[in-house]
Amino acid sequence: MSDMLELVGLVVDLPGPGGAVRVVDGVSFDIPPATTVGLIGESGSGKTMTANAIIGLLPDGATTGGALCWRGDDLLRVDRRRRRRVRGREIAMIFQDPLAALNPTQTIARQVGEILRRDGLDRDEVRRRVVDLLDRAGIPEPARRLNNYPHEFSGGMRQRAMIALALAGNPALLLADEPTTALDVTVQARILRLLRTIQESEGLAMLLVSHDLRVVAHVAHQVVVMYAGRVAERGPTATVLRRPAHPYTRALVDSVPAIRTRTALAHPLPGTPATPANRPAGCAFHPRCPLARERCRTEQPAVRSVAPDHWTACHFAEEIADRV
Amino acid sequence: MSETLLKVRDLRVSFGRRPGPPWRRATTREFVAVDGVSLDVGPDETVGLVGESGSGKTTVARAVVGLVRPDSGTVTVDGHRLGPVGQRPAALQRAVQMVFQDPRSSLNPRMTVAAIVGEAWRTHPVSAPAGDRTAALHRLLDDVGLDASVARQHAGELSGGQCQRVSIARALAVKPRLLVCDEAVSALDVSVQAQILRLLVDLRASHRLSMLFISHDLGVVHQIADRIAVMRSGVLVEQGPAGEVLVAPRHEYTQALVGAALELNTES
Repeated sequence: MSDMLELVGLVVDLPGPGGAVRVVDGVSFDIPPATTVGLIGESGSGKTMTANAIIGLLPDGATTGGALCWRGDDLLRVDRRRRRRVRGREIAMIFQDPLAALNPTQTIARQVGEILRRDGLDRDEVRRRVVDLLDRAGIPEPARRLNNYPHEFSGGMRQRAMIALALAGNPALLLADEPTTALDVTVQARILRLLRTIQESEGLAMLLVSHDLRVVAHVAHQVVVMYAGRVAERGPTATVLRRPAHPYTRALVDSVPAIRTRTALAHPLPGTPATPANRPAGCAFHPRCPLARERCRTEQPAVRSVAPDHWTACHFAEEIADRV
Repeated sequence: MSETLLKVRDLRVSFGRRPGPPWRRATTREFVAVDGVSLDVGPDETVGLVGESGSGKTTVARAVVGLVRPDSGTVTVDGHRLGPVGQRPAALQRAVQMVFQDPRSSLNPRMTVAAIVGEAWRTHPVSAPAGDRTAALHRLLDDVGLDASVARQHAGELSGGQCQRVSIARALAVKPRLLVCDEAVSALDVSVQAQILRLLVDLRASHRLSMLFISHDLGVVHQIADRIAVMRSGVLVEQGPAGEVLVAPRHEYTQALVGAALELNTES
């Protein structure tokens, strides 16, 4: 029994008009305890479906393969009881849009305290714990905000309330799906700082799903780059961003608009992100890749190690440093 | 021709004032979205307008293209005063075109690309090509990096990046002087965002366009703007050359904004 989540060849198929679509195609990585893993990708990369598979909130009709190893169980095969026990208490999730995720008809205190009431705590104890949770999530004067409704909170405060709600079940792993995408820059910086503080002080494992490399670079210890439902590259954040071992990561890093330099427009990638429904043969990235050659069109690259803890799914990863 | 193309003077826009019957008290309070903004955009110049949500940057854009009626203040292009859309002379309306944030909601998904551009030419016959319209359409699509075959496709079949290219083609079809881009790349994937920004930079040179480029993302604005204006709560707090505003901001709000913006190579 370990508190490490291991994704082993995770597969998610969704029903589509032209047959099942493999939106997650053999994804493997670990989320070690007390570590933040950033999951980065563009639209259609399968990053959100991967998070949804972990928390067990896949859409109706989805079928899965591979394994999600957690505390001695495979979460894809456990019964519904165990699944519900895990969701919220062992693994919790923060969503992108707190206004959509919170119930508009219930007070903040009622929603944050729901899981505590289920545990049979009495009213005063629930109240005391909710105030503490809101306080840990950085809500000022929490005792006075208990009877507020979500619409009475600002966007940043709502996201803090959702973080408090996620912490209520005392989880070991926190999934955050684009937690700051809907927020202004100054609020985003504060929420990211809060997530990092909470992750460190509570010793949580965290999976941070984002399309924004800057967000992931700021918070994550390790990063997993996904493209068209597959892992393109994974490794320690600093290494992956400074010495990418996949041409897609290289292009992502290069197209981040920097505040103090004008470099993002130098060599934009051609084309649009491949989608799982329309995934090119061989390496899914080959139509946009500056290094692509015959082998890339026919042979899907296996994920291989280029350095300790640094993995790539590129046949020609060794050439990337020379080219740029 | 004057030195500045677009001149905004003391612009004030408010919402919520309901001119109801006099015996009924107004139920909503007046909200001043833009409060005395003055801004210039010179010929061939790109001005970036940045700010957080609610700062009034979009309202400025909408007042410039004539979609909201200002309480007071003036918007002039080449010295001619602009009224609301529909009341401005065709030539002036043509001179100022807008590219919106979400191409999926600003383009009719059931119209073909050819019909979308054709509609722009029908509205402004002066700018319609004299000879072969198909050839002109294909040239226009080529300008924005789209294949000629896209002309027959419906907007709903295109990807987000392709849609935004069509929006740009539609705006360019009537040969504008000023392009107002309101968060035009914000909804796009990072790799596509870089393509569209690159396209706008190239088009600016080849079509001699001025741009008012609105975005919440300081990094994006720096890639394209010559000058930057920073808005907060309806007021312009600082403006100046892009490099100066971002590297050595003077106003404390700009400093906070730059300080909060994430960079890729953070050491922490």
